[in-house]
Amino acid sequence: MSEVMGLKAKLGLDVFKPDTEPHIRIKPGMEKDPRLKKAVLVCPAGLYTLNDAGEVEFTIDGCLECGTCRLACGIEVLEWNYPSGGAGVQFRFG
Amino acid sequence: MEVEKFDAIIVGAGLAGLAAAYTLAQEGLEVLVLERGDYAGAKNVTGGRLYLNPIRDMFPDLWKKAPLERFIAREEVAIVAKERSLTMSYCGEELRQEPYQSYSILRAKFDRWLAKQAERKGAMLVTKSRVDDVIIDNGQVVGVIAGGEELHADVVIACDGVMSLVAEKAGLRKPGNPRDFAVGFKEVIELDPTVIEDRFGLNGNEGAARLYMGEVTKGKFGGGFLYTNKESLSLGIVVGIKDLTEGEQVQAPSLLDDFKQRPEVASLIRGGQTVEYSAHVIPEGGLKALTKLYGNGILVAGDAAGLSMNIGVTVRGMEYAMASGYLAAQAVLKARETGQFNASQLAVYELLLKDSFVMKDFQNFKDAPAALDNPRFFTVYPEMVTTMMSELYAVGAGPKERIYPTLKKHLTIRELWDMLGDLRKVRKI
Repeated sequence: MSEVMGLKAKLGLDVFKPDTEPHIRIKPGMEKDPRLKKAVLVCPAGLYTLNDAGEVEFTIDGCLECGTCRLACGIEVLEWNYPSGGAGVQFRFG
Repeated sequence: MEVEKFDAIIVGAGLAGLAAAYTLAQEGLEVLVLERGDYAGAKNVTGGRLYLNPIRDMFPDLWKKAPLERFIAREEVAIVAKERSLTMSYCGEELRQEPYQSYSILRAKFDRWLAKQAERKGAMLVTKSRVDDVIIDNGQVVGVIAGGEELHADVVIACDGVMSLVAEKAGLRKPGNPRDFAVGFKEVIELDPTVIEDRFGLNGNEGAARLYMGEVTKGKFGGGFLYTNKESLSLGIVVGIKDLTEGEQVQAPSLLDDFKQRPEVASLIRGGQTVEYSAHVIPEGGLKALTKLYGNGILVAGDAAGLSMNIGVTVRGMEYAMASGYLAAQAVLKARETGQFNASQLAVYELLLKDSFVMKDFQNFKDAPAALDNPRFFTVYPEMVTTMMSELYAVGAGPKERIYPTLKKHLTIRELWDMLGDLRKVRKI
């Protein structure tokens, strides 16, 4: 119990169904935009990371579809939609 | 060719949508509910608890068999500083008397059950269906597009949650200001029911609710929460999105990890098995952040309209969702009498809301977001109160100082002056 459970392990507990394409994308050319850097802090699934080149990288796997990144960063830097019907996270408890 | 047309299309099988569907189907209307998840509740998250009193009579037949978790018989709040905490626990006879005031719930279970009740009344539920757009004809919303298919209705009710892309596409709201929203993330931790009852001092189906404020959000606007379910705990953090992006840099998920490591929490979840991790955005902007509630051919209810409220001691959203769904249905029924569904007919929705506990609460607590958005509540006060407690309880090697001077040294003129200022704002809540 004293061991901190990593985010990957936590997300591994959830049921995710694959989508045909990612429902969130960083808009091309916005990878270094300061607005996008906020996502690194706010994403509860830790899906945004800052690389050595100062660009924000994003992976869709584990997205909890909360929308925090859309609110924090704005739709100028993110293409944001929900996954297709029946795809994405399916909460069993919620 | 005759286009098939529903009386109402409801986007989203959450509490607002299902309440609207249940109410309309009960009156014999042809209702289609579109849900993007595999089942109702698949995308929904609560902290959380549902207060029944305000909505009990809107759905009189619903509660007896509802899959509620535990009725809350113990209300607790913990003020948390870096190295100390002070927990207050409230028990009251009224909390233990039927009908119980509030219950912990889990949404995947509850919403799925509620969807069944709506279907039983005759509503049609289509899952795995994402609504991509609204169909606008002559300035009037006349349907939606889902899965490439055009679906028509007299009226669309947007109950698609806090981000409501449907209301956005209908021009009733903008993406939103981070200042008006918080993000909550939680773990569901399974524990044996007898362990839960022993740890929290509960009997049978009694439950406890505990809110934590202070260091748990590193001084940022928000707090921690713990609710006991039948066989699990819901443990999580809520934190203002704007605050997360400013000041001390903290990665959101680490707040929950640190929270779980706190001695006050670690002992409560010991031996428990985390079975799910979830996150959800919560509207917390209050009255001034509500979206437009209706337009031509469209109504907005629940989180989609911003109907959720944090006043510190209680955090509520689900009964506003159910009530607004119910009242949206009433508005549709009234509009049907005129045969028209323009904004001028649907405006009755806002009147119904204003006449109900929903808008009265939002009016009464309109200053709460500003009053609570005060870093001193999350830093200065928890440190001060718990330091006083520490000194009160301390017995050192030498003689013990008198109690009054011990407490008084924390309350300097400057501090009292600041407290008075904070109190002035809090008086508006």
